Amino acid sequence: MPMNNTRKMTLVAAVVAALVTAAAAAAGTNLAIVGYSTPKTVMGKIIQAWQQTRDGQGVTFTQSYGPSTDQARAVANGLKADIVFLSTGDDVNLLVDAGLVDSKWNRQSYGIAADTVVVFAVRDGNPKHIKGWADLVKPGVQVVTPNPFSSGSAKWNILAAYGAERRLGKTDKQATAYVQQLFQHVVSQDTSGSNATNTFLSGKGDVLITYESEAINARLQGKNIQYVIPRQTMLIQLPAAVLQKSSNKDAANNFIRYLKSVPAQELFAQYGFRPVNPTVAKEASVQKEFPARPGIFKIDDKYIGGWRQADKVWFDLKSGRMVKIEEAVGGPSSG
Amino acid sequence: MGRRLALRGIALSYLTLVLLGPLAMVFWRVWEEGVGKAWTAISDPNTIHAFKMTLLVTAIAVPLNTVFGIVCGLLIVRRRFPGKGLVNAFVDLPLALSPVVVGLSLFLLYGRTGWFGPWLQQHGVQILFATPSIVLVTMFVSLPFVVREVVPMLRELGDTEEQAARTLGANGLQTFFRITLPSIRWAVIYGVILTTARCLGEYGAVAVVSGSIQGKTETATLRVQEEYENLNMAGAYGIALILAALGLLVLVVMLRVKPKEEAAR
Amino acid sequence: MVVALPIAALVWSSRSGGVSGSFWDAITNPEALAALKLTLAVAALAALTNAVLGTITAWVLVRDDFRGKSLVNATIDLPFALPTIVAGLVVLALYGPYSPIGVHLAFTRAAIWLALLFVTLPFVVRTVQPVLLELDTEMEEAARSLGASERTIFFRVVLPTILPGILSGVTMAFARAVGEIGAVTIISGNQPYRTEVASVFILNRSQAGDPAGAAAVAVVLLTISFVVLLAVGAIRHRATRYERG
Repeated sequence: MPMNNTRKMTLVAAVVAALVTAAAAAAGTNLAIVGYSTPKTVMGKIIQAWQQTRDGQGVTFTQSYGPSTDQARAVANGLKADIVFLSTGDDVNLLVDAGLVDSKWNRQSYGIAADTVVVFAVRDGNPKHIKGWADLVKPGVQVVTPNPFSSGSAKWNILAAYGAERRLGKTDKQATAYVQQLFQHVVSQDTSGSNATNTFLSGKGDVLITYESEAINARLQGKNIQYVIPRQTMLIQLPAAVLQKSSNKDAANNFIRYLKSVPAQELFAQYGFRPVNPTVAKEASVQKEFPARPGIFKIDDKYIGGWRQADKVWFDLKSGRMVKIEEAVGGPSSG
Repeated sequence: MGRRLALRGIALSYLTLVLLGPLAMVFWRVWEEGVGKAWTAISDPNTIHAFKMTLLVTAIAVPLNTVFGIVCGLLIVRRRFPGKGLVNAFVDLPLALSPVVVGLSLFLLYGRTGWFGPWLQQHGVQILFATPSIVLVTMFVSLPFVVREVVPMLRELGDTEEQAARTLGANGLQTFFRITLPSIRWAVIYGVILTTARCLGEYGAVAVVSGSIQGKTETATLRVQEEYENLNMAGAYGIALILAALGLLVLVVMLRVKPKEEAAR
Repeated sequence: MVVALPIAALVWSSRSGGVSGSFWDAITNPEALAALKLTLAVAALAALTNAVLGTITAWVLVRDDFRGKSLVNATIDLPFALPTIVAGLVVLALYGPYSPIGVHLAFTRAAIWLALLFVTLPFVVRTVQPVLLELDTEMEEAARSLGASERTIFFRVVLPTILPGILSGVTMAFARAVGEIGAVTIISGNQPYRTEVASVFILNRSQAGDPAGAAAVAVVLLTISFVVLLAVGAIRHRATRYERG
């Protein structure tokens, strides 16, 4: 009996050793991508395309997709990642603060992988004739947008509203008052962008403030969704960054460079994202799909001042303007 | 007779409004959105892996919680010790914690900057974003059920039979297996059913701690969420239906246990 | 171990009160208070509804017989096996703006109550059923033969026996209702101060970078639930006093 047991154990040990060495040999380079939800499909395609190229051959990928801030937080708490692709620079800053991403990530030539813009999704036929920000505060118009404290995408919406008003010549006070007026029309503040989209699709509200890429994604999924791009709108820049602790920095950098190349950017355009590569941006089909807007502005526009500034002024949990607005609109002092 | 019908009516209307209606809706949605699309989502290799993950985690959590539940129930009802009332109330707490908070507390414990984080990293032990943390949170959220089923049963039954057995010379284990356990079998059965169903359906806490790594740490509920976020409703409802079917399967199996025992007696 | 550690970590981290500066400030934040009040009120309502209707359901399932009974019995636990967002989605589909039956309750407090009913349905039903199944009907027969009315029999004979079961289910239902987030986020509209429940507030806080503040509110919620659970335990203790001789 003991003889059999010893032989059994040696056999098991040998098998385990063999498996481990085999696994180690087959390991090669593996890139872990942690991204937000919408680009899941397009990233899958881009990865496949890259694996056909010389740089990408033999590289395997582990992928994880979820709400942007959740993903950023997971990485900050130890989720292994070589590359992150998130929906706001705010979330990347979370990683900078955790010491995981270089603070100069945005100034590197490959900081932003794709763009999109803030749009209004409306009901079939646009019965309330919603064209611009002023239409959102007309009497009886019901607005759906996520809660800015739980959803990164909601922050873009609010900054877009404020920025648009400033662009139109309003003062800081007037523009802030507009945002408050807007929130008086809000009928649902979901915890995430996709929940907000679902709320709208299930019949609530006349207009949903969302991203162009989300609206196009919904269309690709067969949902009947119409959207309007206001003249003044915000350019949403979607960041990709390499983690400092990555053990595959070269491969990661190569991949990010590939993200900005023509083939990858064309795939982005196919799936509803505005390309950042100038060659692709000039293509006729791209220009048609993604109309330019005269009043487009960015996060580092002088009225907004970049993410850090916006967070301090608008989204600080004690003194931020949104805290005051939420209280004024719904709180004990209100109706 | 009138009363009987009235009660039946109340119960059934309640169930229809609150339970059966919504359940029918799930079926209806899959049908409406396209069974084909649902099937594509279900048969995706990542989804299949996710189902395996769910089943694995359930298979670990349920037996452990059942044993814990029976032991705890016995202690609460049959023994006197200081703070008993506290322990009793404590058992229900996992339910009161919203799943997100459960996940976050695990970050506090095992995260990169958590209590045990650095130690874990040094020794290469991966708890978060790997199977162990999924099992831990699932066990946490499904903890109370067996206890709560067993406790009222034990109270109602009293311990006269056990006392009798002991006077007849039976030892602790014999008493337990021959007298106690069979008498609470219904409570245990329903407790296991509830625990299993909860393990199958847990989303919030797992979402926070698993890292949602495709093909590695996703459970079926996470896949439902992914499909939902991509507005693939057919896929989301389809996977949910399979989960419900699994829950139903467990119930059918568990309920078959009884008739056999009756026959044996 | 599994239970104590996470809770301990939570309590510890909430000490600082996070952004609000102190634990007390964090929990007396007006939005937090509104959310806490709403959660406790709706959870209590859902738990009570369960107590009554759940008991009736358990009674019907055990004592009555009708075609399709076993099917109905089997579906009781299904809310559990479903991820909570699905629960939210279907309640929204049934009782929201596009409701096929013309009921438009979504995005109101009533909707929260409904969603909570769906996810807590199994509790009272399943804790009362086993007790009813093992219930010796002798005492009821005896009472009946002595001329007692059905109502008296129920309230004097049956109810005291199944009361521990009911209370057990009620505590679970209350605890679950307090912690529920998935279904509620879909159907309530999460309007701060109006339809935002505590669990959503906690989520928002932790997402917005104030985990300690979130933990503080979570701890308060936990403590209140704990007190309620203790109280129910005490009620049960007194109500079944006569049994313990």
